[in-house]
Amino acid sequence: MSINPAPESQSPQAPAASPGSVRVAETPLVRFALGRADDALILGHRLSEWCGHAPMLEEDMALANMALDLIGQARVLYSYVAELEGAGRGEDDYAYLRDVRCYRNLLLHEQPNGDFAQTMVRQFLYAAFVDPYWRALVGSSDATLSALAAKAEKESAYHLRHASEWMVRFGQGTDESRERAQAALDYLWRFTGEMFAVDAGERPLIDAGVTVDPETVRQTWNDTVAQVLARAGLTRPAQEWMQSGGRDGHHSEHLGHLLSDLQYMQRAFPGATW
Amino acid sequence: MVNIDAGNSELEVRRDAVRRVASAVVDPEIPVISIADLGVLRDVRIADGAIEVVITPTYSGCPAMHMIKAEIEQAVARAGLGPVIVTTVLSPAWTTDWMTDEGRQRLLEYGIAPPVKGAGRPALFVHEAVACPRCGSRDTAQLAAFGSTSCKALWRCNGCREPFDYFKCH
Repeated sequence: MSINPAPESQSPQAPAASPGSVRVAETPLVRFALGRADDALILGHRLSEWCGHAPMLEEDMALANMALDLIGQARVLYSYVAELEGAGRGEDDYAYLRDVRCYRNLLLHEQPNGDFAQTMVRQFLYAAFVDPYWRALVGSSDATLSALAAKAEKESAYHLRHASEWMVRFGQGTDESRERAQAALDYLWRFTGEMFAVDAGERPLIDAGVTVDPETVRQTWNDTVAQVLARAGLTRPAQEWMQSGGRDGHHSEHLGHLLSDLQYMQRAFPGATW
Repeated sequence: MVNIDAGNSELEVRRDAVRRVASAVVDPEIPVISIADLGVLRDVRIADGAIEVVITPTYSGCPAMHMIKAEIEQAVARAGLGPVIVTTVLSPAWTTDWMTDEGRQRLLEYGIAPPVKGAGRPALFVHEAVACPRCGSRDTAQLAAFGSTSCKALWRCNGCREPFDYFKCH
């Protein structure tokens, strides 16, 4: 397996780094860990946007707690990237100083919160995938990934249960709650294909037992989605065309806006600490 | 009382004393339970001529970890036991099954329902049966899946009508 940094040709149109930004030397393992770290950070950040704004106090706490789990997972992964890269960087450098094109998260996670239904449908679609995915990754030959996966799978199982209960409340609630949940499902569905994609660089890692082919959990994901949607009386979208690009840094416009909020302090006051 | 063998070095004596001090540090968010009873304190050992205290987080984003680390360092310093290294490990993943019976009893007396033992992974659309910490009734229901800290949920007793915290099974 090659441990050389991925060539720049992987993202040919990436502009030069803006002043103060960091460019990461991406080996396949670094790229993998960054992608999962970005998944956790961006979704965690989206959930944290609800803090103080959720429709009820209980859900304000739920969204903040799930955000906390995700950001905790992101910190472990960014710290691991720092260790792998060995460039003297810390977890904060990756979160606060990478340009939008260097982010490798799923497009699903950067989609705006929308209404409460859209936020919870997004959480459901991801949790139904990542729960069995983390469980599979517990068997990784990489000690750090295995340890993180063992913690994260317990957290994701709880998120999945919570989000699934909301799917049923939406579907079995009022006409409006059902319509909003169905609209969110129809909108977000196009971003679910990306969860199962593997880039060429990761293939050797999968073959070596370092990471797991997400395709192996597709059946579990399909079954969970079918079970919950049936109980909720919601309809699985028929759309099969899938939008991808997040893993390559081709993002929707939403991520730049999110990062301008997330990174504001470090960009305005470089090196500021508490 | 720790039995000190004649062959024990000064470092081993200090390690045992550090273990006693670190074991008494309490969870800053639930101050009735010690980190030893909670299962967060994993080991106190000698590593490369220094004393290392090993802790593990309850949840990935547990905000109490920094404080627990600082409190261990301060407690050890106050006891005049010299510098220690506090290390955080993720593996094996913390589980509520590591909580001691004494810790569970302390939670109960404090008004927090202790975690159901060995309940495993949360299944969809199923909630565990939790006894009310005040009246013991098992006629209880979850009010909110997430509570005042990562490790708790909010429940209500249908018997005595009191709300209570449940330490989530994890």
